[in-house]
Amino acid sequence: MTKEERLKKRHSAEKRFRFYGLASIFVALLFVLILVHNIFSKGSSAFMKTAINVEVFFDQELLEIKNGATEDQILEADFYDITIESLLKVFPAQDLDQENQLIDLFTTDAEIEIKRAFLENNNLIGKKINLEITASDDIDQLHKGNYPRDLPEDRRRISDFQLIIYDNLVENKKIIKNFNNYFFKNGDSRDPELAGIGGALIGSFYSIIICLLLAFPVAVLASIYLEEFAPKNKITDFIEININNLAAVPSIVYGLLALQILLATIQLPRSTPLVAGITLALMTLPRIIIPCRASLKAVPPSIREGALAVGASKFQSVFHHVVPLALPGTLSGTIIGLAQALGETAPLILIGMVAFVVDIPSTPIDPSSSLPVQVYLWSESAERGFVEKTSATIMMLLSFLIVMNFLAVYLRQKFEKRWN
Amino acid sequence: MNFVLIFLITIFSLSLFFYGRSKTKSISIEKNIKLNALPKFYGYYLVLWCSIPSLVFLLIWTLFEPVIIKSIIIETAANQGAIFNDKNEANLIYEKIKAIYAGTYFGDIDTILKESALSYAKFINLFTNSKIVLIFGIVIASVIYSLKKIKNNNKARDDVEVILKGLLFASSLIAILTTLGIIFSLLFESIKFFSVINIFDYLFGTNWSPQRAFVSDASAITAAEYDELKDAFGFIPLIAGTSFIAFIAMLVAVPIGLFSGIYMAEYASLKVRRISKPIIEILAGIPTVVYGFFAALTVGPFFRQIGENLGLTVSSESALAAGLIMGIMIIPYVSSLSDDVINSVPQSLRDGSYAVGATKSETIKKVVIPAALPGIIGSVLLAVSRAIGETMIVVMAAGLAANLTINPLESTTTITTQIVMILVGDQEFDSPKTQSAFALGLTLFIATLVLNYIAQRAVKKYREKYD
Repeated sequence: MTKEERLKKRHSAEKRFRFYGLASIFVALLFVLILVHNIFSKGSSAFMKTAINVEVFFDQELLEIKNGATEDQILEADFYDITIESLLKVFPAQDLDQENQLIDLFTTDAEIEIKRAFLENNNLIGKKINLEITASDDIDQLHKGNYPRDLPEDRRRISDFQLIIYDNLVENKKIIKNFNNYFFKNGDSRDPELAGIGGALIGSFYSIIICLLLAFPVAVLASIYLEEFAPKNKITDFIEININNLAAVPSIVYGLLALQILLATIQLPRSTPLVAGITLALMTLPRIIIPCRASLKAVPPSIREGALAVGASKFQSVFHHVVPLALPGTLSGTIIGLAQALGETAPLILIGMVAFVVDIPSTPIDPSSSLPVQVYLWSESAERGFVEKTSATIMMLLSFLIVMNFLAVYLRQKFEKRWN
Repeated sequence: MNFVLIFLITIFSLSLFFYGRSKTKSISIEKNIKLNALPKFYGYYLVLWCSIPSLVFLLIWTLFEPVIIKSIIIETAANQGAIFNDKNEANLIYEKIKAIYAGTYFGDIDTILKESALSYAKFINLFTNSKIVLIFGIVIASVIYSLKKIKNNNKARDDVEVILKGLLFASSLIAILTTLGIIFSLLFESIKFFSVINIFDYLFGTNWSPQRAFVSDASAITAAEYDELKDAFGFIPLIAGTSFIAFIAMLVAVPIGLFSGIYMAEYASLKVRRISKPIIEILAGIPTVVYGFFAALTVGPFFRQIGENLGLTVSSESALAAGLIMGIMIIPYVSSLSDDVINSVPQSLRDGSYAVGATKSETIKKVVIPAALPGIIGSVLLAVSRAIGETMIVVMAAGLAANLTINPLESTTTITTQIVMILVGDQEFDSPKTQSAFALGLTLFIATLVLNYIAQRAVKKYREKYD
C-alpha cells in the first residue's frame, strides 16, 4: 500500500466516523418525529365526535309530566319511551332485532342527552325539535374512517343493516361532526364515546398542586441550608449522598414506600390526589434540590461578602441577597421537576389510582385518576375508540409538559443574571 | 377540626407579631433602653414560638391518632367477644364500626358492633378534646415563655436566626427520612417474606409464578402449601428477563447515544449543537407511559407483522419491542453525559495527537475516548440503572409470564412488571404474594443503588483526574 492509498483510507475512515455521528443524531431525531407523528395522527380525531340528527317529539302522554314541572320532577321523569320512539323514527326497522340494531347506533346516554335538552329549553311538551344525539363508538369510528367496512359481517362490530342505515344517514346529511365536549368534561366510562379526561385532569391538577406545595418550600429550604449554612462535616456529607441517591431511585420504589407508609401505616385514603401528591413530592424533592443548589452556587461570593461587609447577618445576606438572585433558577428547576412528576405513572398505579372512577373529584381526598394513569388504563382497553382517546390524552399531557418546560426556559433566560 | 385549629393558630400568631413589635417599641421608650434587635424581630420571635411547637404537635397527633384509635377499638371489640381470624377481618369490623359512627352503615348491627361504635364515638370525642386542650396548653406555654424573653430584651434576631436555621436543617433532614422510610418499608415486608420463603429459594429459584402462592392462613402454612410456595418465588427468570431487556436497550442506546455525544462534542457547530441537543433531550422528557403506549400499540404489532411476513413467530409482547423503545428513551442519558465527559477532556491531549499527524477521528478513537473511558462507563452504568428501574414501558409492552429465554422475539417479564402486577388492584394482607413485591422492590433498590454508586465513583474519579 502506498502512502497515498493509506492517506486516502484514513480520510475515508474519518468521513465514515463523522457520518456515524451525524447518522445517530438523525436517528434520534427521527424517533422523536415518528413518535410525535404517530400520537398526533391517531389522537387528533378524538377532539371531534360524531352525532346523528334526530327529531324528538316530546309527547305528553309518554312523558307523564306537565308543562311547568319543577326541575326535580323532570330529573325523575322517565324519558326512556320518548328516546326509543325518537330513535326508531330515524330509519324503518322491520323487526325487534333490527330495532335493537338501530338503537345500538346511538350512545347509551341518548336518554340523558334528550333530558338535558328538555331541561335547557322551556315548554317543549308537545313540540318537535331536532337534536344532535351522540353516535355510538362504532359509528363514530366508522365515520372517522378508523374502521374497515369491507370485512365479512361476522368479523365486524357493525352489522350490514347498520351500515345501510349509516349510508342512508350520510346521504341525508344527518351525520354531523361536533366538538367533543365529553372528552374534556366527563370522567372515565366503559363507553368510549362518553369517556373523558375531566376527572383525570382535575386529579392531576390536585396532585401537582399538593406536590408543589410540599416539595418546593422544603427543597428550597434544604438547598439553602446545604449550600449556605451547613458545616462541612459527616452529617452534611451523609445528607448530600442521600439526596444524590434518592434522585436515582426508581420511581416504583416510591410507590412501594407510599403503599407501606402512607396507606398501610398512616391510613390515608387510597386512590386520592392527596396521597399521589405526597408521593410525587417525596419523589421530586431530590430532583428539585439538585438544580436549586446549583442556582444558589452560581451566585458569586462577592454578593454575600458585600452584604456581610455592610453589617448584615449571615441570614440577612442569604435571604435578602442570595436567594432573590437565585430564585429564577430555583423556579425553573422546580417547574422541570413538576413536569417530570406530572408524567409519572408507576407510583400512582401502586397507590390505587388505577381504580375505575367515573365521578369527577371535587376535593383532593376523593378517589380520582390522573392523566398518565388514564393513558395506561385506556391503552389496556380493547375498544377501538379508546385508541384515539389515549392518543388525545397523551397529546394533552405532552402539551402541558411543553408549556411547563417553555416556562422554565423562559424564566431562566429572562430573569437569570449571568455572572462573569 | 384541624383546619379550624390551624386557622386559629395562624391568626393568633399574626396578631402576636404586631403585639410583639409594638410592645417592644413601647418598652424601649418607657424604660429608655436600647433594644437588642429591630422591633420586628421580636414580632417574628413570638410568631415562631407560637406556631412551630403547636403545628408540629398537631401534625404528629394527626398522623398517629387514627392508628391508636384503631388498635384500641379492635382490642375492645375483641374483649367484648368479636371474633376475627386475621387482620383483614379486623379491618372489616373496624370499617363497619366507623360507618356506624358516621351513620352510613345499613347492614345488621349486633350488640358488639353497637357497643364498639359507642366506644369509638367516645374515643373520638376524647381524642379531639384532649387534642384541643393540649394544643391550647402548648400555645399558651410557649407564648408565655417567649413574652417573658422579649420583655427581658433578648437578642431577638439571633434567636430568630437560630430557630430558622433549625428549620432549614429539619427540611434537609427530610431527604434522610425518605431514605429511611424506603428502607424500612421495604425491609419490613421483605423480612416477613423471607421468614416464609427461604432466601436461597428466592435468589436461586428458576420458577416465578406468584399466582400459585395461595395460602389459606399465612400464620400457619402447611407442609404441602410450603412445597408449593418454595417453588413459586424463583428470582432467576426475573433478573434474566430484566437484564435481557436492559441489554437490548443498551444495544440501541449506547451506539446511538455515544456517537451523537461524540459528534456534538467534537464535530458539531455551535448552531447544530444548540438545536439538536434540546431535541434529543425531549426523548428524556416524554413520560414513560407514552413510550409504553407506543411500544404496545405500534411497535409490538409492527414487529409481529414483519415476523409473520418472514415466517417467524414473534410475540406481540416481545422483549425486542420493549427493549428497543426503552433504548430510545435512554439515548439522551447516554448522549448528554458522554458529551459532558468528552468536553472535559483537556484540549492539550487532542493538540498533542494532531501534532503527530492523526486525523480527527483517530484522535477521538485513540486519545479522547480512552481518556474519557471511566466517565463514559459511568454514564452507561447510570443508563443501565435507569433501564432496570424503568416500569411503564415494560408493564405495557413486555410479557407477564416469567420465561427463561434468550430469544428476543419471545416475551419475557421484568422485576418492575411483576411488582406492578402483584400490587395492582386488591391485595391480600400478609400473603407471601404481596410481600414478594416488597422483596422485589428491595432487590431493585439495592441493585440500582450499587450501580449508581459505582457510576458516580467512576465519574468523580475521572473528573478529579483532569481537574
